[in-house]
Amino acid sequence: MNRRHILATVSTLAFAILVGCGKEAPPAAPKKAEAPKPQEVAMVRIGSASPLTGPQAHIGIDIKNGVQLAIDDLNAKGVEIGGRKVRFELIAEDDEANPTKATTVAQKFVDAKVAAVVGHFNSGASIPASKVYSDAGIPQISPSSTNPKYTLQGFKTAFRVVAHDDQQGPTLGKVAVEKLKARTVAVIDDSTAYGQGLADAFAATVKAAGVKIVAREHTTDKDTDFTSILTKIKGRRADLIMFGGIDPQAGPMVKQMATLGIKAKFIGGDGIQTANFIKLAGDAAEGVMASTPGLPKEQMPGGKAFLDRFKAKFNAEVELYAPMGYDAVMVFVDAMKRAGSTEPAKFLPEIGKTNYRGVIGPIAFDEKGDLRNGPITIYVVKGSKWEALETVTPGAAPGGGEATAEPAKSDAAKK
Amino acid sequence: MDIFLQQIINGLVLGSIYALVALGYTMVYGILGLINFAHGDIVMVGALVALSVAQALAGSGLPPPLVLLLATGAAMLVCVALGVTIERVAYRPLRRAPRLAPLITAIGVSILLQYSAALVWTKQYISMPELVKPTMFTLGGAQFTDLQAFVFVLACTVMAALLWFIKSSRIGRAMRATEQNPDVAGLMGVDINHIIAFTFFLGSAIGAIAGVMVVLYYGLGHYFMGFMLGLKAFTAAVLGGIGNVAGAMLGGLLLGIIESLVSGYIGDLTGGVLGSNYRDIFAFLVLVMVLVLRPSGIMGQHTGDRA
Repeated sequence: MNRRHILATVSTLAFAILVGCGKEAPPAAPKKAEAPKPQEVAMVRIGSASPLTGPQAHIGIDIKNGVQLAIDDLNAKGVEIGGRKVRFELIAEDDEANPTKATTVAQKFVDAKVAAVVGHFNSGASIPASKVYSDAGIPQISPSSTNPKYTLQGFKTAFRVVAHDDQQGPTLGKVAVEKLKARTVAVIDDSTAYGQGLADAFAATVKAAGVKIVAREHTTDKDTDFTSILTKIKGRRADLIMFGGIDPQAGPMVKQMATLGIKAKFIGGDGIQTANFIKLAGDAAEGVMASTPGLPKEQMPGGKAFLDRFKAKFNAEVELYAPMGYDAVMVFVDAMKRAGSTEPAKFLPEIGKTNYRGVIGPIAFDEKGDLRNGPITIYVVKGSKWEALETVTPGAAPGGGEATAEPAKSDAAKK
Repeated sequence: MDIFLQQIINGLVLGSIYALVALGYTMVYGILGLINFAHGDIVMVGALVALSVAQALAGSGLPPPLVLLLATGAAMLVCVALGVTIERVAYRPLRRAPRLAPLITAIGVSILLQYSAALVWTKQYISMPELVKPTMFTLGGAQFTDLQAFVFVLACTVMAALLWFIKSSRIGRAMRATEQNPDVAGLMGVDINHIIAFTFFLGSAIGAIAGVMVVLYYGLGHYFMGFMLGLKAFTAAVLGGIGNVAGAMLGGLLLGIIESLVSGYIGDLTGGVLGSNYRDIFAFLVLVMVLVLRPSGIMGQHTGDRA
């Protein structure tokens, strides 16, 4: 019963807990609400993987709802594939934005014999999970992962319906240099695949344009105190701060910038272009700029109708990637229809040939599985609301080239 | 120089929050020799209760200071009830059990509190409505807000009041007696159960104040926020000498300043190899060093083995 002894034990324990603190939540039970099925209807399972708990849950639930809406639409309309009636069933899993958990979720999907997967949200989750899907031959469309590596691994099963960070980063960089006329820039990231990838792509672009990077800082996707980093940046007199990360960090960061009297402009990627960011940052959000792959929600070809139906069904505004989640399902089903089969091996080759007009606009993939001519929109916070400034299409060659504008035969977008 | 001063100010504010939480750890340890791992989560509950009250009343037209006062009052009420209940239900039956039993119970209570909070407040980040606009002050090129100054002054005041209370009041004397030898104190007419429950009462009330400070300062809260905060505050308490009230304060401030300086300068000192995301490692490195070189902490005194 020696105090010193107990203390040593406890500190060791504290260490152990600290090391293991990434995996706190118990695995979420899979949702299986199987409807009683008439025998001639084939059941096809679609997986949706995104963070449903934790700081990024609002974005993950948004995606899941988009997928849910697509599946409900399909089931309400009745789909026939290869002469058989098909019903779709959603299996939504929580990957907690955690790379390790993401592979567990992926394995769960494989075991549950899903036909296709919409996910994951985080690049850091999509990349390790894509190996599992590739091994099992299950096609995967990420509605939101923007790290370039995701489609560079040579997996035939990996697709995405957003522009990637080698397009988003330089676009942000151009805004910083040309629009905001930044001369000295500080770059912060949250040490995730997404945040760091975006920040690096941004840094490379502004550096090439002759802008001085006065600080390159890293935080984590769990932190809420950034005063020391920001103080250092203040000392280096940056006139623009770029953050590669998500809103739970960006919100307090912008607030703390105001507290420290930092006048620099703040710019970030799609992870901060959320209503939640404005809520967290309060008045300090004013004037913050962000880029997001895709057209502004209201300007999407199927946008207005989609937003209304989404609101009616879930009583929530579209946060970010719900339209992408919706379209991902539709792209799968479109490929299934053309292949006349719901077997992943049969319809996978058809996904690459997709030419679909979705809610978000025309969807076609290049040979890597990236979205062709994915647009990127720049937003600014004005009057506590995100306002679209302009949309650019980084991939599009000036000559137009192979951009096919012919409307596809699909009908879902017209609703 | 102004940047260095700013980093010190950042550290003092962060450290004040650690110190407020550390007081709760150190008081319970002083009396019971128990590390109340649930304390960080009591702080979390206090923070979330205050958040909810503030959110509910933010649009009601009440003056902001009153809303803040009500939120703090509600948080203290809930935390005190929680703290005393936890002591009665989870720790008192185990008081004569081997030391590790209540420790493990404490960890269990901590997890129970976290997931109960997740049920009540969901697992999402909740943002605090901005009640008071902070006013900015400048001191030698460094900037701070009235809120930051308030956090620091409050932590100092609470610590001083606690020191005075333990030293001069009747209950304080009983607390010290219980700390030295609970059995003998009992023979002298001290109601030990009463005193221990009171210690939890006091610690939880201070924890609630710490929770309110956290949501005020950072503007957000979530069910898991008590974990890291509790761990850091515990580190601070050990650093200063656990069981010692002034030590907890010193340890908290020291830890805050170490973290602030590490994240501010580590990148330059290591040529960019280590970034500020490594700051937690240094906080715990300091803890290990203190335990090796001065096992009873900076201000801790060597005490004999307890019976």
